[in-house]
Amino acid sequence: MTAAAGRNTVDPRHRRIWRALAEVEDPEIPYVTIVDLGIVRSVADDEAGDPVVCITPTYTGCPATRLIELQVRAALDRAGFPHARVETRLSPPWTTDWITEEGRRKLREAGIAPPVPGAGRGTLFGADPEIPCPRCGATDTERISEFGSTACKALYRCRTCREPFEYFKCL
Amino acid sequence: MAEDRARFEYLLRLGDNSLVLGQRLCETLGNAPALEEEMALVNIALDLIGQARLFLSYAGEIEGEGRDEDTLAYRRDVPDFRCALIVELPNGDFAHTIGRLFLVAAFNHELYGALQHAADPRIAAIAEKSLKEVTYHLRHAGEWVIRLGDGTEESHRRMQQALEDLWMYTGELFAPDAVDLAMRTAGVAPDLDLLRDGWNRRIDRVLAEATLRRPADGWMQSGGKDGRMHTEHLGYILAEMQFLPRAYPDARAW
Ligand SMILES: [Zn+2]
Repeated sequence: MTAAAGRNTVDPRHRRIWRALAEVEDPEIPYVTIVDLGIVRSVADDEAGDPVVCITPTYTGCPATRLIELQVRAALDRAGFPHARVETRLSPPWTTDWITEEGRRKLREAGIAPPVPGAGRGTLFGADPEIPCPRCGATDTERISEFGSTACKALYRCRTCREPFEYFKCL
Repeated sequence: MAEDRARFEYLLRLGDNSLVLGQRLCETLGNAPALEEEMALVNIALDLIGQARLFLSYAGEIEGEGRDEDTLAYRRDVPDFRCALIVELPNGDFAHTIGRLFLVAAFNHELYGALQHAADPRIAAIAEKSLKEVTYHLRHAGEWVIRLGDGTEESHRRMQQALEDLWMYTGELFAPDAVDLAMRTAGVAPDLDLLRDGWNRRIDRVLAEATLRRPADGWMQSGGKDGRMHTEHLGYILAEMQFLPRAYPDARAW
C-alpha cells in the first residue's frame, strides 16, 4: 500500500495516527511536515494489535533522523498511542517524488523551489533541469552551489528578480 | 575463511572507507577555498559518516560481541581499521582533496551500483540508499576535475600532479583477497575486475574532458583494507576523531 493510500485509510485509529503525524514538523525545514515530505511510509498494526509507524530517512547522514523519531514517539504518546512502535526502513530509498502536492506548495511559499520531478536521477554529467524561481516564477536561474544549508538543498540565484533561493534537490 | 568473519571484515572495509574519508573531509571546515565549497565538502562528509554508521552497526551485529557503531568507530586502534590507504592520505592542496574524492566516489558509485543487488538484503538496502548520495559526490568532484584540468596552466599542472600522486593508491581498491573472494562466493561482493572496467570508463571520460593524462599503472601500494600496514597518517586521524569519546567515555549526546 502506498503512503498516499495509507493516509486515506478508513480505519479510525490509523486516521488519528496519520492526523497526529501530520502535526510533526521537519526539524530542518519547519514549513513542511514529515507527512508532506513522504518520510512516513506506513501505519499498520503488529500481531499484538499495537500500531507500527514506519519512517524512512531522507539522507543517511541526516542529523534530523533521530530527532524525527523522537518527535514521532511524542506525537503518538499525545494522540493516545503509548504502545506504538516506530520503525526505520531504508528500502526502497526515500525519493523526492514522495513529497506531496501540499508539501510542494508549502515549500514554494517558503521560498524553496520544490524538486523538479524525475530530474537528475542517474544522470551524472547531463544538463541541469530548469528550476523556476519560487519568488517571481522566472526560469532564468543559475546554480550557485549543488550543496546548501542542509543536505537536501542546493543554492540557486534568479537572474530576473536577482534574489538567491534554495532548491530542494532531487534524490 | 568462515563466512561470518568475512562478512564482518567486509562490512568494516565499507564502513571504515566512508568514516575515514568523511573525517578527512571534515578537516576542510573553515579551510575550503570558498564558503560554497566548504558546505559541499562537509555535506559530502555528512553523507559518508551516515553511510559508515549503517555499515558499522551491521558489522557489530554480525560480530555478535556487543560492539555497536560507536564502539567500532571510537575504540579500535590503527591495526584494527580496514580502510583503503587512499582515504587516509592528507587532503593536500585543493586538487589533491578533489582528486581523491573523485577517484573514491567513482569507486563507490560502481561498488554500490553492484551491491544494491547483493544477496544480503541489509547490505543491498544500504547500498541502494548510498548510491543516490554518491552520485552527487561523483558529480561534484568530477565537475571540479574538469574545471581544474581544463582551467589555467597552474590549475591543470596541480590537478595532473594530484592524479600522479594518488594513482598508486587506486590499485588496492581492485585487488581481491580472501575476504573479497569469500563475499563474492556468498553472492555479496561483485567481481572486482568488472568493477574496475566500469571505473576505468568513468575516469577516462572525465579525464579526457579535463584534458588530463591518465597516470600509468605502475607499482601499487596496499595494506590498508586488510590492516597489514596502514599509512603513518591514520594514527593522527584516529587521535583527533577518538579523543572526545576516549577522554569522556560517558558523553553520549551533546
Ligand atoms: Zn525570481
